[in-house]
Amino acid sequence: MAEFTPQTRTLISSATLARRKGKVIYWTVLSVVLVVFTLVFIGPLYWMATSGFKSVHEVLHNPPTLYPHHAQGSNYKTAWTQLELARLLWNTVYYAFGALAFQLVFDVAAAYALSKLRPVLGNVVLGAMLATLMIPATVLVIPQYMTVLDLPLLHLNLLNHPWAIWLPTVANGFNIFLLKRFFDSIPEDLMAAAAIDGAGPTRTLLSIVLPMSRPILGVVSIFAVVNVWKDFLWPMLVEPDPKKQPINIGIQSLSQGVPENVLIAALAISAVPTLLIFLAFQRNIMSGLTAGSLKG
Amino acid sequence: MAATTVPEKTTRRHAGRPSDVRARGGGPSLGRKTRRNLQAYAFLVGAILCFGFFSWYPMVREFVMSFQSTRRGVTSWVGFHNIKVVYHDPYFWTAWKNTAMFTLYALVIGFAVPFLVAILLNELRHCRAYLRILVYLPVMLPPVAGALLFKYFYNPEYGLFDTVLHKLHLPTSQWLDSSHTALISVVIAATWMSMGSATLIYLAALQNIPGELYEAADLDGAGLLSKIWHVTIPQTRLVLSLMLLLQIVATMQEFTNVFLMAGGNGPENSTMTVVYMIYQYGYHYNNMNGAAALGLFLMLVLICFSGLYTRLSRNSD
Repeated sequence: MAEFTPQTRTLISSATLARRKGKVIYWTVLSVVLVVFTLVFIGPLYWMATSGFKSVHEVLHNPPTLYPHHAQGSNYKTAWTQLELARLLWNTVYYAFGALAFQLVFDVAAAYALSKLRPVLGNVVLGAMLATLMIPATVLVIPQYMTVLDLPLLHLNLLNHPWAIWLPTVANGFNIFLLKRFFDSIPEDLMAAAAIDGAGPTRTLLSIVLPMSRPILGVVSIFAVVNVWKDFLWPMLVEPDPKKQPINIGIQSLSQGVPENVLIAALAISAVPTLLIFLAFQRNIMSGLTAGSLKG
Repeated sequence: MAATTVPEKTTRRHAGRPSDVRARGGGPSLGRKTRRNLQAYAFLVGAILCFGFFSWYPMVREFVMSFQSTRRGVTSWVGFHNIKVVYHDPYFWTAWKNTAMFTLYALVIGFAVPFLVAILLNELRHCRAYLRILVYLPVMLPPVAGALLFKYFYNPEYGLFDTVLHKLHLPTSQWLDSSHTALISVVIAATWMSMGSATLIYLAALQNIPGELYEAADLDGAGLLSKIWHVTIPQTRLVLSLMLLLQIVATMQEFTNVFLMAGGNGPENSTMTVVYMIYQYGYHYNNMNGAAALGLFLMLVLICFSGLYTRLSRNSD
């Protein structure tokens, strides 16, 4: 999906659009689409940001006001301090990037071994990893939770510990699939050349395979961060301590006890980081997600 | 998905280590081969442990737990007891019905809308990047922000939606507060939050349709709708069916949105999904074994769809 490819032929030909009638219809449709889409997709966000400035009275007023008549920025301040948003956001970042680091290290190493080192029984391991894709995640929530309470053999309790979020994200068959498929496409000749130069497997991975794999590492990283950022059920179960909760759970559990305008201000704040990241990296994110999501 | 392609093993060349090639049984190279295997497993060990602890073992445990019961710290085998208990739960069929309805609504709204939007966007020659960003924007919201914002909009007393409907002289609704509309209200909000990814995937698929097909259809005098029906849909059939299955599997696991917007079971249990029921068993009734047994039912149903998906995507390669 290049940004502005020379328009290929679609449903309606350029010749039709060049005619007078075609032009009128096209510009009408375009303006309607622009207005409707802006209303539907930006509208709610506008409402969220502005409602955060309204007083309690105004935010519960019927009919709702289009813009805050007596803007009070204090809601945002109250939300920030009362809901401890700084901590919730920090927890989320900590979980998301920790999960990213674990996935990059363990899943990349595993896919590399399965693709290039090909040990005995490697295919069995690969098959077992890919088979997990068949099992829907929520089905395993209960036994996974029991595992977190008492890790077999080691008898550790990971409840309220970031490991409980980080480690299960490594068990992601989709990552293994994507990475291994990409590594498979790196020519064996390159591996052989590295071996001639005396590079061991680690050196080959770091200096040859990884620099070539930037696109796929980007896709895996985006998925890793977004998945943790958007996850709800699992962090709610394994991080019951309010001090350890990520943003989704923290706001939800405190939502009953705060006035509506403060709650909406909190929601607006919670949306800022991901929206900023998205606007900054929108090209990579959108092309990465479409490239990576379907070929599972 | 599970296209475990092992590309041409025989053509592998290890120019630097000739002893590795076909080293099977070769005396002096045996040690080197073992070392190589050990090295490879050193790379694998982290992932294998994580898969073992958090995927493979829980899978086994899911079955085992379904047939066990734990009372006062003592675990014993109880056969089909848990399965019978959840099956005879008065809300068992309610939860399944809600899940099926949720999936159905999500398909009617959440499957058709992104496809139509993608077709529309693909025809536009201007502001393409802007429109794509717009559609994708809600996908990046944390679920709590999207869900609680819609809950505010849905409020029948001071919410935005009823005000707009009222202004337009359309009938207003109780949205989340009525057992008739709660489920569909959740679906509408969920679609708003997630339709961006499907739209972008369809857009990418639409751009791969060869233009000559449309030109040929023009020559045959095909109208707009018949071009969509005879060219666009057949050409994107694979993506459409894959997305359909993917969406069924995802929506049948619905939990987050019903939990955030309708407090889980909703008015008169009208939004209680199977996953919410699993959660209730595990964390309200403190019956982990019942929850596992219920999960077994869900797994049986969903594995059919994900199996179909696997087959379809493997054939496509």
